[in-house]
Amino acid sequence: MKAAVIVFPGSNCDRDVAVALEASMGAKPLMVWHRDTKLPALDVIVVPGGFSYGDYLRCGAMAAHSPIMREVKAKAEAGTRVLGICNGFQILTESGLLPGVLMRNKNLKFICKDVHLRVENAQTDFCRKYAAEQVVRFPIAHAEGNYFADAETFKSMQGNGQIAFRYCSNLGEAAEGANPNGSLDNVAGVYNAKHTVLGLMPHPERLAEDLLGGSDGKAMFDSLVEALS
Amino acid sequence: MSKITPEVIASHGFKADEYAKILEILGREPNLTELGIFSVMWSEHCSYKSSKKWLKTLPTKAPWVICGPGENAGIIDIGDGDAIVFKMESHNHPSFIEPYQGAATGVGGILRDVFTMGARPIANMNALRFGDPSHPKTRHLVAGVVAGIGGYGNCVGVPTVGGETNFHSSYNGNILVNAMTVGLAQKDNIFYSAAAGIGNPVVYFGSKTGRDGIHGATMASAEFDEKSDEKRPTVQVGDPFTEKLLIEACLELMATDTIVAIQDMGAAGLTSSSFEMASKGGLGIEMDLDAVPMREDGMTAYEIMLSESQERMLMVLKPGPEAEAKAKAIMDKWELDFAVVGHLTATGRMVLKRHGEVVADLPIDPLALASPEYDRPWVAPTKRPVIDAKEVKAVCPAEALKTLLACPDLASKRWIYQQYDHMVMGDTVQRPGGDAAVVRIHGKDKAVAITTDVTPRYVLADPYEGGRQAVAEAYRNLSAVGAVPMAITDNLNFGNPEKPEIMGQIVESIRGMGQACRELDFPVVSGNVSLYNETQGVAIQPTPAIGGVGLLEDVNKSVGLAFKEEGSSIVLIGETKGWLGASLYLREICGSEEGAPPPVALHRERRAGELVRQLIGDEQVLACHDVSDGGLLVAVAEMAMASAAHLGAQLDAPSSLPLHAWCFGEDQGRYVLEVRDSDLASVLEEALEHDTAARVIGKTGGHVISVGGRAVRVDELFVANEGWLPAFMGAEMSGH
Repeated sequence: MKAAVIVFPGSNCDRDVAVALEASMGAKPLMVWHRDTKLPALDVIVVPGGFSYGDYLRCGAMAAHSPIMREVKAKAEAGTRVLGICNGFQILTESGLLPGVLMRNKNLKFICKDVHLRVENAQTDFCRKYAAEQVVRFPIAHAEGNYFADAETFKSMQGNGQIAFRYCSNLGEAAEGANPNGSLDNVAGVYNAKHTVLGLMPHPERLAEDLLGGSDGKAMFDSLVEALS
Repeated sequence: MSKITPEVIASHGFKADEYAKILEILGREPNLTELGIFSVMWSEHCSYKSSKKWLKTLPTKAPWVICGPGENAGIIDIGDGDAIVFKMESHNHPSFIEPYQGAATGVGGILRDVFTMGARPIANMNALRFGDPSHPKTRHLVAGVVAGIGGYGNCVGVPTVGGETNFHSSYNGNILVNAMTVGLAQKDNIFYSAAAGIGNPVVYFGSKTGRDGIHGATMASAEFDEKSDEKRPTVQVGDPFTEKLLIEACLELMATDTIVAIQDMGAAGLTSSSFEMASKGGLGIEMDLDAVPMREDGMTAYEIMLSESQERMLMVLKPGPEAEAKAKAIMDKWELDFAVVGHLTATGRMVLKRHGEVVADLPIDPLALASPEYDRPWVAPTKRPVIDAKEVKAVCPAEALKTLLACPDLASKRWIYQQYDHMVMGDTVQRPGGDAAVVRIHGKDKAVAITTDVTPRYVLADPYEGGRQAVAEAYRNLSAVGAVPMAITDNLNFGNPEKPEIMGQIVESIRGMGQACRELDFPVVSGNVSLYNETQGVAIQPTPAIGGVGLLEDVNKSVGLAFKEEGSSIVLIGETKGWLGASLYLREICGSEEGAPPPVALHRERRAGELVRQLIGDEQVLACHDVSDGGLLVAVAEMAMASAAHLGAQLDAPSSLPLHAWCFGEDQGRYVLEVRDSDLASVLEEALEHDTAARVIGKTGGHVISVGGRAVRVDELFVANEGWLPAFMGAEMSGH
């Protein structure tokens, strides 16, 4: 598998996701600077977390218009898998690669903690090593992760298996009390219509090693390696 | 230029004797720019004029110390070519006036102190003190400070891994925001601030200079009064995104061979950075202020030199166009301002030009080194009587435990640390909420442990014992996770040193700290002093905050405080006399802040620490927690609440002590261990060999904590402990 991580000024999870990718695929991913305009042949592109360009505007809005994102969009349209984590998810919605938007958390505060997620669609290149409805634990760390899509869009997303993860209790119930940020229907991550682009607010790369408190995130990188190698 | 009138002199904070000294140094009257430069260089914040004499007594050396106090931060050797760079610094006054920006720029400033030396910041910590929860400003200040620390630290992508937060009415008018950064450097690639090489270019890079923060350092050295709110324009505004770029640009530049010396622009901005670099190198600087990147037009030399705009750096480059081109290319990549603003001279003078004219011409060393040093009068505090536990009201231990766990000082600080990204960088092995945070050295099996500690009520009761206790508690917290305590940074927060009682607190607590550091082999490698923390004559509790750093050779062996298994033994290390003077039990249950604080026996502290570290290293300990605020029962309850299953504990109290004294006494030098029965005999034997008291006090199991025939559910304690802070802060929302 060949992977690239996009680095914007202000990205700060680029190294973390590179470490997780390397642990699963046995090679370092390519680190690509925001001003670059061309990408080589790749299997997966990761848009990492952080505060791209400071995120002083709406999160991800500046990055969506960066030189490299034109190329990421072209690659995504040609079928290259794209994974956006946290700020990466915000950038992918701002770029139009994923439906919906991410608003301020309901409590208006930054939240960093572990959450439980239910795998809603395990039949994708990102999640094939998870079981359907498996409950996993990933951390979140964001102030703008409150997912919203209009009713019509959301209905078609649901019909097309585009909901990737939902916030849930440790027993797998996607109840209101398990929703950390006010997201519509507890949505934590979504796919594009072809299931080739995934965006999620929680950080799989942060719990991909037992020493750090858990390794549920590792299966996502292992899934990509298995599917794309 | 304005005339130097007595009013102008007084408004710059000079006493008559200080101004006389200026006249003597210059042999003439200073102009306004020069006067401004003197005022910030000689402010308490920059010159340590009241504390210098006493700070010199602290031990600062050990074989593993690479760099002690005097540079931007302290440095210790952790082997394999790795070095840890760390420091703690206060941003108290700005945070009280504008909590979000005050706290945010405090984090920014301490980060710069660390990466200036060539280290990548790997962890942030903080020690916060707020006023009484019932004070009308407290909620606003907590909300703003926490949001500011998070807003800055989260964006720069350095995890905030722990800290401490206390509440006391003495901080009503002077909150304390002490921020600490720990960085990782290569031992052979450390950068210092001493300028060298006559003719070498002096380069400014980072953000542009604006009018913000002018005279911040002098503000931080004066008492507050009812007009302090008018000082708001002297608070700086932070830009964490630029700081993130600055970190990456600096580290990239430091990997090339172009830098001679580098210094961040902290308090007193361009003035202190340029004077310090020149003074340390024994050289002069000639600067053309027209070349300084400026945010607004028409700035005067005075404003440029005194601005405290954030995210700026000054460096001396190697000579020649090649070094300059290399450095400029890196700054261009990161879109940071870059300007050659001057060059080094042999004159030992600072010569500043603006619009082609010399606007200041000052000798460097007399300003940088000859700042006043005071031996201020001080009086030793009166010793308080020792309180006999039998005279202290006894209440049901279960009820008292629940009350204590819900009191502001002991209540869970989850509401705070959940607003900090404590996991970014992927090396946080022990997260906030334990005795010490544990952060792995990236790509290796070793780790650093980090803690911040001080118990201000002890320091107030007896500054000498309190100073010893602060250092000992840091030592204990590091040992409790299995780390060898290496060195400390100190952040000394006190009231007005011109009052002999306050000066007595300073002198005595430094004496206590120094003694503890010596006996525990735990030197001071960096620090910061914040004085004049008084409002309308009311001083804060003396708060010498200690930031401790320890080393774990094998991160896989570190232990946390959460109970792990049913039916294991609970072992108490250390001696219990049931000391209730200056305890939380006395304050929260009996409403009294009286009595002498618990004494620290440093030789026993050391032996107990060595024992605990050895047991953890031998993997004979399932969980470990130091006994501190609130005493033994609180420590056991914290271990129970931290376990996912809320495992309880059944304790057997000895009959030799009053029950409430055994449960809540704050005797020092103690740890609670969870030990498997199969390891118990060897643990007790090892304790005997270390000449340290160890006794089995109960068993884990069930879901209640029981002692002396009373019991309380762990769930119930958890709700009380977790509930206080969110409820307190939530009220803010409905109140407006």
